[in-house]
Amino acid sequence: MIINKSEIAGLLDNLVKEYRVYAPVQKDGIVTFEQINEGTQAKPGATSKKPPKEILFPQSEELFNYQVDSQGLRMEDKIDDTKSVAFGVRPCDAKSMMLLDNVFHNDEYEDVYYTTRRKNTLIISVGCNQPASTCFCTSVGSSPFDTDGSDVLLTDIGDSYLAEAITEQGKEFLCKLNLPASDDQAKTKAEETKKQAQLTSEVDTTGIKEKLDDMFDHPYWESLYEKCLGCGACTYLCPTCHCFDIADEAKDCAGCRVRNWDSCMFPLFTLHGSGHNPRTSGKERWRQRAMHKFNYFVERYNASACVGCGRCIKNCPVNLDIRQVIADIKAQDTGSEVS
Amino acid sequence: MQKLTKEIQDTAKKLLEENKVDLVVGFAKGSLPLRSTPYFARTAEQAEELVWNQFCENNLANYLKKREEKVAVVAKGCDIRAIVALIKENQINRDNLYIIGVTCQGMIDRNKADELVNGKEILETETNGEEIVLKGKDLEQKAKVEELLYDTCTRCAYGNPVIYDELIGEEQPAKEPNFEDIEKFEALSAEERAQYLAKEMEKCIRCYACRNACPMCYCDTCFVDESTPQWISKRANSAKDNLIFQGVRVFHQLGRCADCGACERACPMGINLSLLTRKGVKDVKETYGYEAGLNPDDKPVLSDFETDDPQPFLMKE
Repeated sequence: MIINKSEIAGLLDNLVKEYRVYAPVQKDGIVTFEQINEGTQAKPGATSKKPPKEILFPQSEELFNYQVDSQGLRMEDKIDDTKSVAFGVRPCDAKSMMLLDNVFHNDEYEDVYYTTRRKNTLIISVGCNQPASTCFCTSVGSSPFDTDGSDVLLTDIGDSYLAEAITEQGKEFLCKLNLPASDDQAKTKAEETKKQAQLTSEVDTTGIKEKLDDMFDHPYWESLYEKCLGCGACTYLCPTCHCFDIADEAKDCAGCRVRNWDSCMFPLFTLHGSGHNPRTSGKERWRQRAMHKFNYFVERYNASACVGCGRCIKNCPVNLDIRQVIADIKAQDTGSEVS
Repeated sequence: MQKLTKEIQDTAKKLLEENKVDLVVGFAKGSLPLRSTPYFARTAEQAEELVWNQFCENNLANYLKKREEKVAVVAKGCDIRAIVALIKENQINRDNLYIIGVTCQGMIDRNKADELVNGKEILETETNGEEIVLKGKDLEQKAKVEELLYDTCTRCAYGNPVIYDELIGEEQPAKEPNFEDIEKFEALSAEERAQYLAKEMEKCIRCYACRNACPMCYCDTCFVDESTPQWISKRANSAKDNLIFQGVRVFHQLGRCADCGACERACPMGINLSLLTRKGVKDVKETYGYEAGLNPDDKPVLSDFETDDPQPFLMKE
């Protein structure tokens, strides 16, 4: 189907009546995913500074409220089942949501807060015609027009988008919009566009999981963290990082349990109540970050916890580049090489 | 710049070869255009990776605290002001530090460059003296370096290092500190100021890049990380709490902030943080005639007391 670009704002205006709509919005030169009230606010095709994972997994969310009074204890769950649409998601970010599904809904555990939002949120992605120089999605099993995690994928073909339904929900959604069908010319243009979207950045990640299997005690970690400031810019702007911390905010007999993003780069991360911390310095913290992304996650879910979006590269205050880290890890001698 | 790079490399190599230092902290070429990256050279060979250019934006004083070994640092004016302040606070042992001072005309603000090319991606740059060419796909934009400098740099009066063991680069013309930005903010009504700050603080994601990039922020546990008591909410979506975080940080920096702008440069969300820190710098200068990190021999102003100190906070307005 075809959506004319000039009709996007009107289409979003209609969606707003039925759904909570999130879209990339530019404010003060920074693009973030926000809930919009009217279509003209959206800037489809812009890559957000902060990834849209927060639509499903907000940076801070109230899990439940509680109150103790003469009637006893009362609790109120804050499960959010509002029908939502995330419009203009990048394929890498949609892919990250699929990876997050593994964490929040698996054989052992279902996170009802995440999964309820996920079930009620349609993901409308816009493919990347011009990947940035910091993008390396093709090196981590994705691509500029990856359909993983999206319900609908839009391809920018000039004055319009070609819309493809990826899931059943996506199909139903597109049917309701009554859009004109795409002709052969549009389909050919979309195919060409997809072919032309070339990445300039590549990192060889083959065998990195196996390499890391033998690297827990490797001296490489001693130097890797040296310039790292230990801030959370990389993890908070990462579409797949998902560690969180739980805090109770209470006053007298009423309170609220809040879940906040956490970062393995922080000294407080995994600090035990006893005062002991198994990750005492940047060395252990950086090792955790690299291992979690390229070893533990691969072992558990058969995919790396990196979609190659490049946000950590662009936003690191000291230019610590994850592509270089991957290359360095690959180049280390672990003493158990099989050539 | 190539000449400065060569001089820095030669100095670093000599210091390492003669075992005068165990480590040289400087900058190496970054992986992105408009970026250099902090670098740690421990051998003469590694010293060849050192560079100097207008992308050396980080404050390297951050990497010198509580070091046991003998260290040399490649430091510009603001790094050195922070070093002086940290020596006074016993965080850096001057006897173990060799300062390779570099005179500085300012560093280039990546965000200003991005703004200039209006969303296009800069893939390469070429600097010809006072001009820089920003290049990319369908892009070749010339600009004056001066116009792309960080605001903190254009207002800085300390391009010439205040202390050093060796000085590299040409002496910079003397300048007076300029607080026009703060005066403009002060002229707003209380309501306008509150509104502006609320808008800025809404952008905060509590990644603490500002705090961690600041050489003067080194509390063992920052008050925001305390849980007993929990001074402020851990929620990032609370602009009020974000302002308390920044406000307390600024109060803690009074008489200590070297006005280097590292906090603002590190902020991924583009928050105007130097507005707050520079207000503190201006107030301390006006009240006590003191600027942090200029004089190695005096006491930090708020750690000292003179009977004739002005005490305007005790008087009614």
